[in-house]
Amino acid sequence: MEQPNISYIQSMSGGDKNFEKKLLDIIKLEFPTEIQAYYNSMRIKNFNDASEIVHKIKHKISILGLEENYRDAKAFEHGLRKGDVALQSNFETTLMIITDFLKNFK
Amino acid sequence: MNCIIIDDEQTARAIISQLCSETNDLNVVEEFSNALQAIKYLNQHEIDLIFLDIHMPDFTGFDFIETLKKPPKIILTTSDDHFAIQAFEYECIVDYLLKPVTPERFKKAIHKVAGEINILNNKDGVQNFDSNSAHDLYVNIDRRLIKIDIQKICLVEAKGDYINIKTETDSFRVHSSLKKIKEKLPEQLFVKVHRSFIINIEKIIDIEDNSVLINKDVIPVSRSNRSDLMKRLNLL
Repeated sequence: MEQPNISYIQSMSGGDKNFEKKLLDIIKLEFPTEIQAYYNSMRIKNFNDASEIVHKIKHKISILGLEENYRDAKAFEHGLRKGDVALQSNFETTLMIITDFLKNFK
Repeated sequence: MNCIIIDDEQTARAIISQLCSETNDLNVVEEFSNALQAIKYLNQHEIDLIFLDIHMPDFTGFDFIETLKKPPKIILTTSDDHFAIQAFEYECIVDYLLKPVTPERFKKAIHKVAGEINILNNKDGVQNFDSNSAHDLYVNIDRRLIKIDIQKICLVEAKGDYINIKTETDSFRVHSSLKKIKEKLPEQLFVKVHRSFIINIEKIIDIEDNSVLINKDVIPVSRSNRSDLMKRLNLL
């Protein structure tokens, strides 16, 4: 299973540790809010709103180097627009992996 | 160049802002999390470039562009590649960056913008771009700009939302219109002979009744365009 990494962040920071920290802090701030909004939309079966949030979250999935999960998230996002939730558990596993990664990342 | 960033995602704005900070002469003057705030700002300030996310709630990037009377240069930023064709219908859109944006791709986009702004700034000078003296035409095919030697174009055919540009050796299918390409071709060389065809008069082999032979293609000449064509020929 893929694990999150900060290769992309490092590739664009040019060695600027302050920027790396700043970007990870922003992700740590935005990600829980987006997850919450996603679960709220799913709970009331508002799949259009859920798809909008998956769209935002998938950018973070790609920033954290999870290429396969990104492809799955993209498929899930498009599926949601048609009410298709087949990839839901797969996506939610990715959310948990990222949450753990961000929690443990210092 | 003064620019603004419009993206509802703070992470995305931070990335673009960082990339701008590493680029000479590129100054981020404001960031906006929604398009409406940006519209208010643009009513009072002039800027050179906008980094614009297409996919925003309530108001898409394209909706935003439609509200601007005189849009500056725009670089679209998006996670979706399926907006590319729509994007190139807007003259103000210079490039289309897929997220996550890499530094290399970002630099290319900035070079494009700098080139376009130079052309605009030189409009009153000797470097003014003039379709009648240009030698090459760049066409966008699968997000690559392909150079075509204008002198080698035999004909252009309109087919729905696309045009086929035929040279003696190649054919290029481009999402554009006959009207648009006509503006880019030198008038002394090209003439419209039919609502679906523009031809290079130097490539004509022969003319028979209501058709011309170019290379191996027989091109119809409409009654209304026939006199224009005949005026352009060196008839004995």
